Amino acid sequence: MNWYGIKAIYIHEMERFRRTLFQSLASPIITTSLYFVVFGSAIGSRITEIDGINYGSYIVPGMIMLTILTQSISNASFAFYFPRFTNTIYEILAAPLSSFEIVLGFVGAAASKSLIIGCVIILTANFFVDVRIDHPLLMMFFLILTSITFALFGFIIGMYAEGFEGLQIIPILVITPLVFLGGSFYSINMLPEFWQKISLLNPVLYLISGFRYSFYEVSDVSLFTSTLTILTILIGCIIFITYTFSKGYRIKD
Amino acid sequence: MKNILEIKNVTKFYKNSVKALENVNLNIKEGEIFALLGPNGAGKSTLINSICGIVNFNTGTIKINNMDIIKNYRATRKMTGIVPQELNLESFETVWNNVNYSRGLFGKRPDHNYIEKLLKQLSLWDKKDNKIKELSGGMKRRVLIAKALSHQPKLLFLDEPTASVDVELRKDMWDVVKKLNKDGVTIILTTHYIEEAEELSDRVAVINDGKIILVDDKDKLIEKLGEKTIKIELLEPIENINGNLTKYNFTLDQTNKIISHTYNLNSNTTDITELLNDIKRDGIEIKDINTEQSSLEEIFIKLIKENNNELVRN
Repeated sequence: MNWYGIKAIYIHEMERFRRTLFQSLASPIITTSLYFVVFGSAIGSRITEIDGINYGSYIVPGMIMLTILTQSISNASFAFYFPRFTNTIYEILAAPLSSFEIVLGFVGAAASKSLIIGCVIILTANFFVDVRIDHPLLMMFFLILTSITFALFGFIIGMYAEGFEGLQIIPILVITPLVFLGGSFYSINMLPEFWQKISLLNPVLYLISGFRYSFYEVSDVSLFTSTLTILTILIGCIIFITYTFSKGYRIKD
Repeated sequence: MKNILEIKNVTKFYKNSVKALENVNLNIKEGEIFALLGPNGAGKSTLINSICGIVNFNTGTIKINNMDIIKNYRATRKMTGIVPQELNLESFETVWNNVNYSRGLFGKRPDHNYIEKLLKQLSLWDKKDNKIKELSGGMKRRVLIAKALSHQPKLLFLDEPTASVDVELRKDMWDVVKKLNKDGVTIILTTHYIEEAEELSDRVAVINDGKIILVDDKDKLIEKLGEKTIKIELLEPIENINGNLTKYNFTLDQTNKIISHTYNLNSNTTDITELLNDIKRDGIEIKDINTEQSSLEEIFIKLIKENNNELVRN
């Protein structure tokens, strides 16, 4: 293993995060605060509780998941697309690094950034509502696994994007709607039966549900199904990346 | 001297079926400066990128230090450094971070003393804390060289190292290249400036349309393919070429005072003695004589023209 190489990519990416620390943290904090104002205060005054949990507290796991998903994808996709855009990728391709090591460096850094932001969101949420974490280890398990999985997904976008617009299409058109419709701000039990069934087709529902269980021991689907779903997405991303790398990852053509 | 790089039957097609390299065979000796010449789109960069692992080639084998670059990619890549044609750098990073990052990528333990020495050698030490965007084009080019040397490679590829660089800086770069070579680094450079190849290289290859059409020692090449021109300046202008001089195929300049006669260096006999004798016999007085040898550039243009004509015929 080229540990120095992995470390170089990781530190290089984290350095970018440090340089833009204010933007990196300010945006999710402001967005979270706005969600609390809109959903927590405005809607929360009409929906007081869901499954015995105060509405403001209930939406915290969903909001963290929303941030983790979007940040993991955008961090990883930008991190790999940027050297392609500036042509500095030549150095990574010419270095004695295996594809696994390249992914480890980029995805490790993107997931780390997301984890830091996720933790900041939990702290921010505490200023607005009471946040209880019944299973901290399980919460960390979901947080880390989701960060890595969606950083891998972002890495794929970074490999395939043909321009900066391409980096935004999937997060905006696919991920954000799936998160909003995946029970971030409500329980699917509140929906009519037909829409409940439709919601079960949304993989993000399982992630949010499992994550919420680690906070309040309430969930829309079983913990096992949630874990299985995230692992399936993770394996799917790994297979896809391995396949793309074996074909020259669209860069070595 | 042993070969540090061996390229056998390498062919590369791009996705749109464009053949970039066709059956390329080339050996590079350890310690030499080798110049790869060719017009735009000839395949110079594709060949270098194939050796360095930046693009995949379709068939053939490439060995560095007798190790296959695909099977032993870790060992072979640690031995190579590349300076790309374009100024591809992260603008917001400092020189110091950029160079140390490159060393890390190549699996080398941090060595701040070596990087300091390298930056001083390339006159970059006082710029180490500057962001790349604050540097001039020439400085950026030096940073690229520092990055390529950060892991102490044995084989350095310079892809058009002095493209868009002013004359003074170009000479500066040449000194850097010569110094590196003196320190034991084998150098392969591609260039558009034939003058550069003439100044720096020990051997030269000419590539055209993806094929290597010639490999030879630079001096031998000039001697073998070069032509020499003798210029005879006359004391008085001559109106017409007549008498003994009509049998020669020479040209007279506009002032009718300078006779130019071209002959091949490689031929066994030249008719210079006879020409001078005939000038004397015709009663023409000579003021001065000088000779000019064709440059590598002229040889290069001639070769490419011949090769292109051959391609058209085929």
